[in-house]
Amino acid sequence: MWQNLKSVFLAIPKGLSITFRYLFRRPITQQYPKTKPKLEDRYRGLHYLTRYDDGTERCVCCGLCAAACPVDCIYMEPAETDDGIRYAKIYELNELRCIFCGMCEEACPEEAIFLGHEFEFSSYERDDFIYTKEMLLANFDKVEKDRVAKNIKPFIRKERQEFKIPAAPIGH
Amino acid sequence: MLLEAVIIILKVVVIYIALLTAIAYSTYFERKVVARIQHRIGPNVTGPFGLLQPIADAVKMLTKEEINPALASRFIYLAAPVLSFVTASMAIAVIPIGDWINIGGQRIQLIISDLNIGILYILAVTSLGVYGIVLAGWSSNSKYSLLGGLRSTAQMISYEVSLGLGLIGVLLLSQTFSIAEIVRQQSGSIFNWYIFKQPVAFFVYFISAMAETNRNPFDLPEAESELVAGYHTEYAGMSFGVFFLAEYANMITVSAIAASMFFGGWNGPLLPPVIWFVIKVIIFMFIYVWVRGTLPRFRYDQLMRFGWLVLFPIGILNIMITGLFQAL
Repeated sequence: MWQNLKSVFLAIPKGLSITFRYLFRRPITQQYPKTKPKLEDRYRGLHYLTRYDDGTERCVCCGLCAAACPVDCIYMEPAETDDGIRYAKIYELNELRCIFCGMCEEACPEEAIFLGHEFEFSSYERDDFIYTKEMLLANFDKVEKDRVAKNIKPFIRKERQEFKIPAAPIGH
Repeated sequence: MLLEAVIIILKVVVIYIALLTAIAYSTYFERKVVARIQHRIGPNVTGPFGLLQPIADAVKMLTKEEINPALASRFIYLAAPVLSFVTASMAIAVIPIGDWINIGGQRIQLIISDLNIGILYILAVTSLGVYGIVLAGWSSNSKYSLLGGLRSTAQMISYEVSLGLGLIGVLLLSQTFSIAEIVRQQSGSIFNWYIFKQPVAFFVYFISAMAETNRNPFDLPEAESELVAGYHTEYAGMSFGVFFLAEYANMITVSAIAASMFFGGWNGPLLPPVIWFVIKVIIFMFIYVWVRGTLPRFRYDQLMRFGWLVLFPIGILNIMITGLFQAL
């Protein structure tokens, strides 16, 4: 009996006061299609393949991203230009299979593949999720345009890396 | 004579339209307040601030399919929601929303009918609401509905006793059954309000009113989350909606009685009487929603024990002490 009275006279007003305070807090609801969520810088969304400033693609089709990929969603076939620069003839990324772990981004020695902030790329066809090289490069153009518009400093190096012949090993 | 009849009909029409609007918007009010308690926004898509949500809900309810269970007792099945809504909305007839006013030389009292047995009438009419529930449970030909109906009937009958006992505390002091008269006795100062003379009666009345209107924390009749809904399990479409209209009508009635009996009804400074009455009713509606957003549901045995072993003795004790003081 005493316990009951105690709960009526102490616990219930306490609970009521808590909910009353909560009334005046800001709702945490995000009105999603109207207001976009604020994504962190390291958010991992749709991939893009970067270019140099002259428009040539960075990817040299080394296959490290495909090797690092835990779900094998990257397929590529290499080719060479007449100047001897290696590039990807075919570069396909299956976004349905991708788990957005970012391993490809970390494995890439050429800073060629990144995961962007785009997350609204739904489609009615499963085929639409096989992203080809052209689509991934187009994604980069979009990201780059956005970056220039917002005046954010680029975070990747500008110059093509000079290939140096390793020094001859010192003989014994 | 004719003029008086016209005035009465006008009063009925105006007050019932106001009541129906209030019912519709109390659903909106409840959803908004509960949403804010839970850090949500609540309905905000239909119209500015979601203000058209009740209308959208009504359209949805009206256009939904009515489903009649195969072996249901059809007439009673359809009559039960109507019965519970009619009895719920009848009680508003004796609640005064304002004092006498003069319009074009005509003295009009802002109450549909100033019965000299107003409180008795309310208790009698709201008790009939139990029939709507028990008949709905029985006529659906479903074991869940039947059990739910019995559950709510037992609850409502139990708490009706304490509800009456809470009101008797005030009636002993006021020496009248007419609600308008009781409100008039509380005019003048805030300390004439019966809440200061009968706080225990208010406590008993308000808790049993919550149980009586099947509101949280006593909403076992429609405990969505742990029991099959209850007496309205088999209902769909508008006949389901009418049960909810009845529930909100009951809430408004009970809030209006609490405002009139304990908090001085239309009395208040500066603002017009009707506004004061509406403000008090809204505050009570807010408390209803606030409690709903705070407290968890009672277990059924706790509910019964609380009703009979706590509220009922407190009510009786209050009446005895009040009677003693009146006699001295």
